[in-house]
Amino acid sequence: MSTQAKAVSLVSGGLDSMLATRAIMDQGIHVEGINFFTGFCVEGHTHAIRQEDRQKPKRNNALWVAEQLGIKLHIVDVIEEYKDVLLNPRHGYGQNMNPCLDCKGFMVRKAYEWIQQNDFDFIITGEVLGQRPMSQRKDTMPVVQRESGAGDLLLRPLCAKHLPPTLPEREGWVERDKLFAFNGRSRKPQMALAQEYGFTDYATPAGGCCFLTDKAYSEKLVDMWQHRSSRDYQLDDIMLLKVGRHLRPRPHFKMIISREEGEGKFLEGYRKQFLHLRTHSHAGPLVLIDGEVSDDDIHLAARIAARYGQGRDAEQVEIEVIALDEQHQMLQVRPFGQDEISPKWRV
Amino acid sequence: MARIDRELDARRLLCPLPVIRAQDAIADMRSGERLRVVATDPGVKNDIPAWCRINGHKVESMDERDDEIVLIIEVEGFGAPAFTDH
Repeated sequence: MSTQAKAVSLVSGGLDSMLATRAIMDQGIHVEGINFFTGFCVEGHTHAIRQEDRQKPKRNNALWVAEQLGIKLHIVDVIEEYKDVLLNPRHGYGQNMNPCLDCKGFMVRKAYEWIQQNDFDFIITGEVLGQRPMSQRKDTMPVVQRESGAGDLLLRPLCAKHLPPTLPEREGWVERDKLFAFNGRSRKPQMALAQEYGFTDYATPAGGCCFLTDKAYSEKLVDMWQHRSSRDYQLDDIMLLKVGRHLRPRPHFKMIISREEGEGKFLEGYRKQFLHLRTHSHAGPLVLIDGEVSDDDIHLAARIAARYGQGRDAEQVEIEVIALDEQHQMLQVRPFGQDEISPKWRV
Repeated sequence: MARIDRELDARRLLCPLPVIRAQDAIADMRSGERLRVVATDPGVKNDIPAWCRINGHKVESMDERDDEIVLIIEVEGFGAPAFTDH
């Protein structure tokens, strides 16, 4: 071991990892943060897209936490490797498409690889026993240690006293007496400790940080898989699931309809990849068409697109259709009435 | 105008990807060299300066025009961390 013990902390941007990091820093350990970007992280994305959210102050909470603590933060792109976690979770999914236990094991494994490559001594997380139904149970915490390969190099400072002593504790790098015995879903102990440390500003405690825990997002993801020959995905696929209104009026094609200016601008970036529709005679959304479509399908999509523009009550709306080869076509359509949009089409 | 040693096109990428790409670029650069980043996600206005502050680099300038944000980063010291995981 190096003279001063060195730990890497899995920093999510939430309160728990902030507290765990500070607790270990207070014991004289050199700590650096690590944050993994899976592509499903809520952090930053939607508020970068939607116009209304653009007005709000933006910050990446993991970076913000690192700065408050005065530590370096390594942000690691794991988009490609994460596919296997999501597509083949050994321990299955949670309430939605969230493979939480596999995800935690994966992240700890990546942190374990990182400490080996960077000559660090151990890993810390902000996990609290009993706080999460999948990954933070008494019976699953050892699974993460075992399957990640980190074993007893994984220290959970906030609930360490409920768990067997880890190597950093046994070796005396960390005093076990100064660690904690938090347990359960109550946030009161964390809030009290935050107050003790003087943390007055922190991200919503236990707030969801992953789109995969979101029911609506998960349904869109499953719909995408069901209508493709392969479950493989690209970053653009999973980004587009976060944006716009998604309608599938026919099994072989889906419409992604911008809901406001910010989303329209974002979808503009995909014009070259999708046949798309614009409302020409009125203000209206940009609509991407995902799938192979016939002339009848385009006509149907145009009537739906007209429904979501300012010409919704007009007799006729002019819709511009731009094909992948950039050929333009103008259609005059009657917008669908509200009751003609089948609820079954909504993804 | 200051010399630019490397360019990074991070347009259309949403945070934290512009930060990750800047981090990866800087990992291969030397002290005193300059990285020019062009991005469209307004999140970079906070995130790249924050990343630079905690990792010991300097944002020399940040300009915004026509929905594009251009940052010039000077790589400082030996602070570029060892990013091995990409």
